[in-house]
Amino acid sequence: MTEPSAAGQPRRDGGLGGELNRRLRGGVDPRGLAVVAAVIAAALLYPYYFEFLQDVPLIGDFIPGVGSMVVMLVFTMMAVGLNIVVGYAGLLDLGYVAFYAAGAYMAAWFASQQFEQWRFHLGSVGISKELSGLHLSIWIVILLAGLFTMAVGILIGLPTLRLRGDYLAIVTLGFGEIIPQFVRNGDNVFGFDLTHGTFGISPIDSPGFGKTLSDATNELLPLSYQQSFDRARWFFWTALVLVLVTVFCSVRLRDSRLGRAWIAIREDETAAAAMGIPLMRTKTWAYALGAFFGGVAGAFYASFKAGAFPADFYFNISVFLLCMVILGGLGSVWGVILGGMVLGYLNVEGLATIGTKLQQDAGIDFDPTKYQFGIYGLIIVLVMLFRPTGLIPERRHKRELEEGVQDDTLYGTSQ
Amino acid sequence: MANRAGQPSSPFGGLLGGRRPGWLSLIGLALVGLVLVWLVVNAFKTPSLFGNIFVIGLANGAVYGLVALGYTLVYGILQLINFAHGDVFALSGLVASSFIISTLGLDTSNAVLSIVGGIVLTLIVIMGLFALVNVGIELVAYRRLRNAPRLAPLITAIGMSFIVQNVALAVYDVEFRSVPAFIPRTDAFTLGEIGLAWNKLAVLIITVPVLVLLTWFVTSTRQGKAMRAVAQDKDASAMMGINVNRTISVTFALAGALAGAAGILYLLQFNMRYDTGFELGLIAFTAAVLGGIGNLSGAVLGALIIGFIQAFNEGLTWYAPGSDWTRSLVFGILIAILVFRPEGLLGERTPEGG
Repeated sequence: MTEPSAAGQPRRDGGLGGELNRRLRGGVDPRGLAVVAAVIAAALLYPYYFEFLQDVPLIGDFIPGVGSMVVMLVFTMMAVGLNIVVGYAGLLDLGYVAFYAAGAYMAAWFASQQFEQWRFHLGSVGISKELSGLHLSIWIVILLAGLFTMAVGILIGLPTLRLRGDYLAIVTLGFGEIIPQFVRNGDNVFGFDLTHGTFGISPIDSPGFGKTLSDATNELLPLSYQQSFDRARWFFWTALVLVLVTVFCSVRLRDSRLGRAWIAIREDETAAAAMGIPLMRTKTWAYALGAFFGGVAGAFYASFKAGAFPADFYFNISVFLLCMVILGGLGSVWGVILGGMVLGYLNVEGLATIGTKLQQDAGIDFDPTKYQFGIYGLIIVLVMLFRPTGLIPERRHKRELEEGVQDDTLYGTSQ
Repeated sequence: MANRAGQPSSPFGGLLGGRRPGWLSLIGLALVGLVLVWLVVNAFKTPSLFGNIFVIGLANGAVYGLVALGYTLVYGILQLINFAHGDVFALSGLVASSFIISTLGLDTSNAVLSIVGGIVLTLIVIMGLFALVNVGIELVAYRRLRNAPRLAPLITAIGMSFIVQNVALAVYDVEFRSVPAFIPRTDAFTLGEIGLAWNKLAVLIITVPVLVLLTWFVTSTRQGKAMRAVAQDKDASAMMGINVNRTISVTFALAGALAGAAGILYLLQFNMRYDTGFELGLIAFTAAVLGGIGNLSGAVLGALIIGFIQAFNEGLTWYAPGSDWTRSLVFGILIAILVFRPEGLLGERTPEGG
């Protein structure tokens, strides 16, 4: 067992000190701000120009439609949430899919006809008020799902977070397997149909602005997304807003007192504890906040798909999200967004498009979607071996991963 | 094992060792007690069923044990959970199936002697081949990361697991593979209504010598001594003139050979396909943790316990959750172990347990 030892001497230039000073002075990099604003504007307008892009020769076939973009954004949001746990706090979570599932099923319970014995409506849109079941407004449900998942995260975290590193990874993996199995077998919990078993729960209500707002704006804002002509667009804009909120929270959290405590724990748990950081509480917060975004994303995605199905929640999703975080760069928000969008694209339609292209143009009969997880595995291994800091490295992580956290070994026991 | 001075070592180890049991230990003991009561009631209600399921559990536990040993060996020396191990196991079983059927052309009509010879030959070939495969995996994926933060090789191992799984998928596609029933499923001998089928017996006949050999290797040979030394302290062993890289390679070779043996034994009883290794690997890993990861006899003990629990859960009739819940049950045990007794049944306390 190798002891964790102190990282190298902190450097003055560009390290935490400089970064922090700049932030504390309240200086905002105007160029960075402009780039962010431009990216947001380009993203907001995407539904208006993607069709032109799709007509461009060569790359046109690879441009994702708006519906695919929604899925990519949802996955990106989860990746940013996972990044809080794995990237900031350095807790390897292999069961993030459990939070995704918990969020999706919250939406399924509180915005569908699952519980037919009750009838309760609160802000439901686009459905008859006579419909049985619990029907809360999706906006409320999304928030509830986040809070519920947060509670699940704390429940999972409390007994397990005192374990370190790989043991924690295994326990989270365990929960990531138990919760989907519970969902699959939960159609008979002591005679009560909680999850409707392998069939899943569907339909789930749609988000929307309701009759009052819709009428007031002359139907500019749709009453219900699913019944709107611009269904995909509205889901896209909502997903985009959710991602932006997630990213904003994530960045603010990173620079907060809590975020710096997370990074301190990641770098050296013993030293952090010695400096007076409460380990358990800090880690539990990382877990809870990471879980929150997973739950929100799960609930929104369930509402987009209008259903929650147990087959969607399996271990591979956790690894897929982890792969996004690693490809983008552990701890680096912008990197994770990039990683999430790239891998999300490959997952939703990229690999299928490449497969078709290979088939048509090169005559190679190779279906990349079949081997998608092998491809993700390969990406993980290659990134870890050759660019452990990811596509867009986080400055602090870069130093840690490139210089290593341990002392150099004696007599070349490594290469 | 550092036992506190003056205190007799209790059979419960740290659980009850000399101090007043805390509430955590009490809950843990209560859980174990409940399981025991459940088993005893079942044994009295349906004794013959209980006995037959016991035999199934024993055979399953033997296979899990071989895989669990692979996890424990690697963890003992590198503190790395080699996620790819379960998939190496599955791939070895698949390769064994095509070796037996296509290369050797064995089927049930062959004479007994040639079947036995064929299986022994397969064992040797597959164990050798997958020893090499495992060494290759270490060389390519883990060696460069030996001084990286601890999560780096773990993440790489997850990636490797998917790669190996997809290699199996590419070569063998999604169909289940099996071999003809060479070894009859009829009872070798019976005791009352409890029978021990030939194929279960064969599993035990192969497992026991493998375990004896492994124990001998680790405890009595120079290479085994080197392995134990490297597991304790890499730097110090390097200073004592031990070739650390070679020792680690040997460890991976041993683990790969064990996975190969387990793959064949599994194949002789069940069907397998490319993703068989994922679930079985997790079960075996749980077994290794249950017994105390890094501890060889612990891995076997844990594997037998898990084998029994799985068999009892799926086979017994009185308040058994059934196979739908096997995965949850196994992971529930894993989580319970990590919470109540992180060092495992036979393991020593490590910083991991906190």
